[in-house]
Amino acid sequence: MIDFTMVWAVIIAFGVIMYVLMDGFDLGVGILYPLAPDEESRDIMMNTVAPFWDGNETWLVLGGAGLLGAFPLVYSVLLPALYLGVFLLLAGLIFRGVAFEFRFKASRERKHFWSVAFAGGSAVAALAQGIVVGSYIQGYQTENMVYTGGAFDWLTPFTLLTGVGLLVGYALLGSTWIIMKTEGPVQDWAYRIAPKLLAGVLGIFLIISFWTPLVDEFVRERWMNTLSLIWLLPAGALGCAYMVLRAVRRRDEGIPFVATMGLFVFTYLGLLASKWPYVVPPDYTLYDAASAPESQAFLLVGVLFVIPVVLAYTAWTYWVFRGKVRAGEGYH
Amino acid sequence: MEFDPVLISRLQFAFVVSFHAIFPVFTIGLASYIALLEGLHFKTGNPAWAQLSRFWTKVFAVAFGMGVVSGIVMSFQFGTNWSNFSQASANFLGPILSYEVVTAFFLEAAFLGVLLFGRDKVPRGTHLFAACMVALGTFVSAFWILVANSWMHTPAGAEFRDGILHVTSWTEAIFNPSFPYRFTHMAVASFLTGSFVVAGVSAWYLLKGHKVEANKKALSMCLWMILFLAPAQAVIGDFHGLNTLEYQPTKLAAMEGNWETQSNAPLLLFALPSKDAQGNLFEVGIPNLASIILTHHADGVVPGISEASAAEQPPVSIVFWSFRAMVGIGFLMIAFGIWGLVLRLRRQLYEPGLFHRTLPFMIAAPFIAVVAGWVTTESGRAPWLVYGMVSFAEGVTPSLTGWMAVVSLIGYMAVYAVVYAAGGYYLWQVVKGGMDESEPGSDEVGAHPKRPLSGGGPIGDATPAAPLKGDWT
Repeated sequence: MIDFTMVWAVIIAFGVIMYVLMDGFDLGVGILYPLAPDEESRDIMMNTVAPFWDGNETWLVLGGAGLLGAFPLVYSVLLPALYLGVFLLLAGLIFRGVAFEFRFKASRERKHFWSVAFAGGSAVAALAQGIVVGSYIQGYQTENMVYTGGAFDWLTPFTLLTGVGLLVGYALLGSTWIIMKTEGPVQDWAYRIAPKLLAGVLGIFLIISFWTPLVDEFVRERWMNTLSLIWLLPAGALGCAYMVLRAVRRRDEGIPFVATMGLFVFTYLGLLASKWPYVVPPDYTLYDAASAPESQAFLLVGVLFVIPVVLAYTAWTYWVFRGKVRAGEGYH
Repeated sequence: MEFDPVLISRLQFAFVVSFHAIFPVFTIGLASYIALLEGLHFKTGNPAWAQLSRFWTKVFAVAFGMGVVSGIVMSFQFGTNWSNFSQASANFLGPILSYEVVTAFFLEAAFLGVLLFGRDKVPRGTHLFAACMVALGTFVSAFWILVANSWMHTPAGAEFRDGILHVTSWTEAIFNPSFPYRFTHMAVASFLTGSFVVAGVSAWYLLKGHKVEANKKALSMCLWMILFLAPAQAVIGDFHGLNTLEYQPTKLAAMEGNWETQSNAPLLLFALPSKDAQGNLFEVGIPNLASIILTHHADGVVPGISEASAAEQPPVSIVFWSFRAMVGIGFLMIAFGIWGLVLRLRRQLYEPGLFHRTLPFMIAAPFIAVVAGWVTTESGRAPWLVYGMVSFAEGVTPSLTGWMAVVSLIGYMAVYAVVYAAGGYYLWQVVKGGMDESEPGSDEVGAHPKRPLSGGGPIGDATPAAPLKGDWT
């Protein structure tokens, strides 16, 4: 008998990191908007992500629907627990999403409004997602599989820090994406800010690493008491960080982005390994949260066939829009 | 003041889903239209088709963007406000919504990028393929979401075990009794919506003398669609109603404003239903007609609202009136189809006149009809989330307080007010800006020599970006 729950855990974990990496760079481009040298650079920056953002955010919708399908308890506890935070996340995504179309259609004065909406929406969405990560580390107050905590349990100094951490992380991902997809002054600017963002990410990463065992006893036990392979993951993350720095110094174009994705993957695996097998900490494991086996099986049949196709045509669209984006091109 | 989280959550859901629904219903129809235009251009090489396709793709981009962002909201509403419902029905709804994401949303999103930005980056055949994939995605999406919705109206193939619904038959659950009617009704509604929008804009352009050749073609196509689909929709709606009579008799009774089970039931044209009085305060009706429509006999028995206890009755006035709004607009659409046919037979279809001046106003009609129809069916299900199985009160999020729900409701209203006002404004700008002069695929040297298309009129042609000016006469 196949353990569908385990298969689904892998699929959902894959979907989440796909979302983080893919929407991460296009949210990051938005976060960097206020720092961009000029309005023309902003046009170019937006055009580097315009054909992709919609597909990228679809991974978030898959995360929502997939959780409902495979781990409904996660869906039905986390969303009530994060109620107001979810509203902020969605409001942020709405403003930045429509800015893609509206900004290029707006008059000069209004264009600035949609630049602000794009930047603000991206920043709020990134912050909110980082807060979700922090709240997951903190855990949720539940009774009989129902959330019983307050409206603002998700808002603590710790979650704010994880929020800012992800915000800066996405900005780093965005800056390395810009390095890869642009040239000239925009690229020069991205080369300059990437090391600063990397320093920010590592600083916050360090504080969170010291703070997490204080917030969560379970993680402390896991980190300290078992001399395990788990320590390889932060080491891998640091290795990636070094690669980013070196590649930026050497003005490599593709490696900074790839290495930043590696940094995210190692950090993500570290988080999963620290909390495993709890998906609604501190009480429920993935087996408690699973939907009925026949539902997991029904969905699995399709997903195993469809996801590779999705990945194939997604890769194809990235191939179609490969290469540098130049000023004045890109918009339909 | 105490707010009821159930009521506020219902209002919030009604609000976000209504604003969301108007975009898919338009883009489903429009996506197919664009694919058709791309196909015609591919086959004939007539630049008029390309011109139309380019223009409507621009409109599509704005509408689709708004549909996407409001759709992301929808995928989290079940969890934030209806977590007990989500938990109870996840075994069915979870896989269905996930299938929607993997088979439809990714398809639409990936190929939309190519459709919008790839015209000069991929071969023309590939671009046409992308347009077809986007159109296919919109239909697949409609299929799954209507499976989910229909199942909430006519649940089948599932049973409760320990407070959680388990699927006993996927075939029965997916092809539940109301699904075929609801899906057909919605698909036709989408084509009608797309047709009325394109027809309205084309008529307006013809009045302005803007890109006459292309817009004549567009107007003609849309009017053929309306001529056949508007009456077909009435027939489909009738079948849908009979299905509702069988599976949700209380909703049907509310639609008819019929309180007591009776034979020779009249078709009410106007009534003031009152739940307190458990009857209509005032009514005007045509004798026997409701019985004839629903049972095909003048003395056929039509169920009454009072078969359900007062606590299990839907909000009768809302159901009664929204149903009439939908049907009324439906007949108006049929009338426009016939009017168009008459003009066509008299060879006056392209002569600017009253028809062309009223048609732009009809753009609003299908949207109002669709929202009214959804209000009818969704309010008519009250007080049930899953008909006869999970009520609103059982499904709501336990930790949700009234004030939290109010804050988010006001928040969504504020966000949507800004976004949709802006969206409407930019759509209007796109329409006002007129169709491009530029030739698609102009990188393919000499493929299609550029030639003047417009029958004249300085408007828009000389300066495509400049707003169209002109009077309405």
